[in-house]
Amino acid sequence: MTLDIQKIRADFPVLDQQVNGSPLIYFDNAATTQKPKSVIDALSHYYASDNANIHRGIHALAERATTAFELTRTKIKEFINAPSSDQIILTAGTTGSINLVAQTFGRANFSKGDKILISNLEHHSNIVPWQMIAEEKGAIIEVIPVDERGVLDLVAYRNLLDASVKLVALNHVSNAIGTINPIAEMIQLAHAHGAKVMIDGAQSIAHLDIDVQALDIDFFAFSAHKLFGPTGVGVLFGKRELLESMPPYQGGGEMIKEVSFEGTTYNELPYKFEAGTPNIADVIAFSAAIDYVNALSKEALFTQELALLAYATEQLSTIPGLRIIGTAPEKIAVISFVMDGIHPQDLGVLLDKFGIAIRTGHHCVQPLMKRFGLPGTCRASFAFYNTFEEIDLFVKALRRSINMLQ
Amino acid sequence: MTQSIQETQEELIEEFGLFDDWADKYEYLIDLGKKLPSLSEELKTEENVIKGCQSRVWLHAKKQGDQIIFEADSEAVIVKGLISMLIRVLSNHTAEEIMKADLYFIDQIGMSQHLAQTRSNGLLSMVKQMKNYALAFSAK
Repeated sequence: MTLDIQKIRADFPVLDQQVNGSPLIYFDNAATTQKPKSVIDALSHYYASDNANIHRGIHALAERATTAFELTRTKIKEFINAPSSDQIILTAGTTGSINLVAQTFGRANFSKGDKILISNLEHHSNIVPWQMIAEEKGAIIEVIPVDERGVLDLVAYRNLLDASVKLVALNHVSNAIGTINPIAEMIQLAHAHGAKVMIDGAQSIAHLDIDVQALDIDFFAFSAHKLFGPTGVGVLFGKRELLESMPPYQGGGEMIKEVSFEGTTYNELPYKFEAGTPNIADVIAFSAAIDYVNALSKEALFTQELALLAYATEQLSTIPGLRIIGTAPEKIAVISFVMDGIHPQDLGVLLDKFGIAIRTGHHCVQPLMKRFGLPGTCRASFAFYNTFEEIDLFVKALRRSINMLQ
Repeated sequence: MTQSIQETQEELIEEFGLFDDWADKYEYLIDLGKKLPSLSEELKTEENVIKGCQSRVWLHAKKQGDQIIFEADSEAVIVKGLISMLIRVLSNHTAEEIMKADLYFIDQIGMSQHLAQTRSNGLLSMVKQMKNYALAFSAK
């Protein structure tokens, strides 16, 4: 299946606009993806026609809203091939999902001297929650190093694994430099040592096929907004026996079975972890994003993205003084780069004047930037709706910006 | 006698009025950044760093007579250009004048986007920090 990119672009209203007098070129997809019209419509349809609180009401609106809400859960289950819908916990985002695991699984399972392995590629949101619980429990965080290309050192990883490792928390794909980590192998190794594995899938969910069963993942987290869905919705998948053994996270409505002043019994999965009224509208609209991706061929989408990556890498390599940061053989369509003698922020400011949106800075991975000895990088990240022409315009604008700054 | 804060602002507005496209404007700004003398290394201290900027920005202030003198530097040249203008407008004025200053020139020269309250934009923090220095000196 070949993609009709112009037809696809027409599905994303935001792409059709001028920024600072030029057509918008949106290359900040690793930060958040744009939304197809069907998602925007679903959101507005929900508020216009079905708005009600879910799970409790017995009236028609509550029933419609509940059905639509639970339908999203089923679609998520299918999208990542989870065994059952009740293993799909809806949260506020990847960060929320990771904190949930840290505060429940971590609280129940970490004790003094236990180890948590993370990697040098991690986003702050897959570092700080572990530091918080580690400090509380006296657990120790150890870091899997990366090499110059931004590839994890698997020999070091093997050496770090021992019986004291309780959890390995790892991103599937690096947000800053695009490295795809060999999680299948790493999960196997962790399991061989009795450690559980939490995968931060924020950057992989829209760009790789995810099968949580085939990969034997214990916990998998991602955000809807990086999969063309609304902000404020996150997913946590967990293995049933883990989720069942974990204490609840936040207390409140929805998560209880019975409450008395003498004590409370908790609800079943997934509701045990979903206290309070959830983000109903955005969860329901997320369903349309999953439908959108499913209706196109995932394989065709990924092929398009990799072609964009290859082309952009080739074009950027022709600029003297430009250095690509992150040259792992397995990457998604993210290019981080720095330019000799020019601060990334200056390039970001000028590219914006050309209507081009990239990200500059430390990308919430300060330890990785430190590893490369950089204050930050410029990052262009692509989605399937980007085009080769946009890359040409980007490279042209970049050359012009560099000229202005040198 | 030095010119007033308002006079310098008018001067800048006039200078930027000569440019009809953004690229010329930014080239001028970059040029201002390059021409601003670097801050000596011993003043690039953690204390002088302005928090909340994507690039590191250092601001140093001292009092000479009843006037406050600002010196500043940044890793990013556009930011340095912006600071250079702030220094031109605010430096060598009294604490009271600095605290009272309404910096309307930023908007008039089309640079108000740099005042946006995102973490990547330091201009707002720079202005705030300059006024904080003025406040601190006037309290002494």
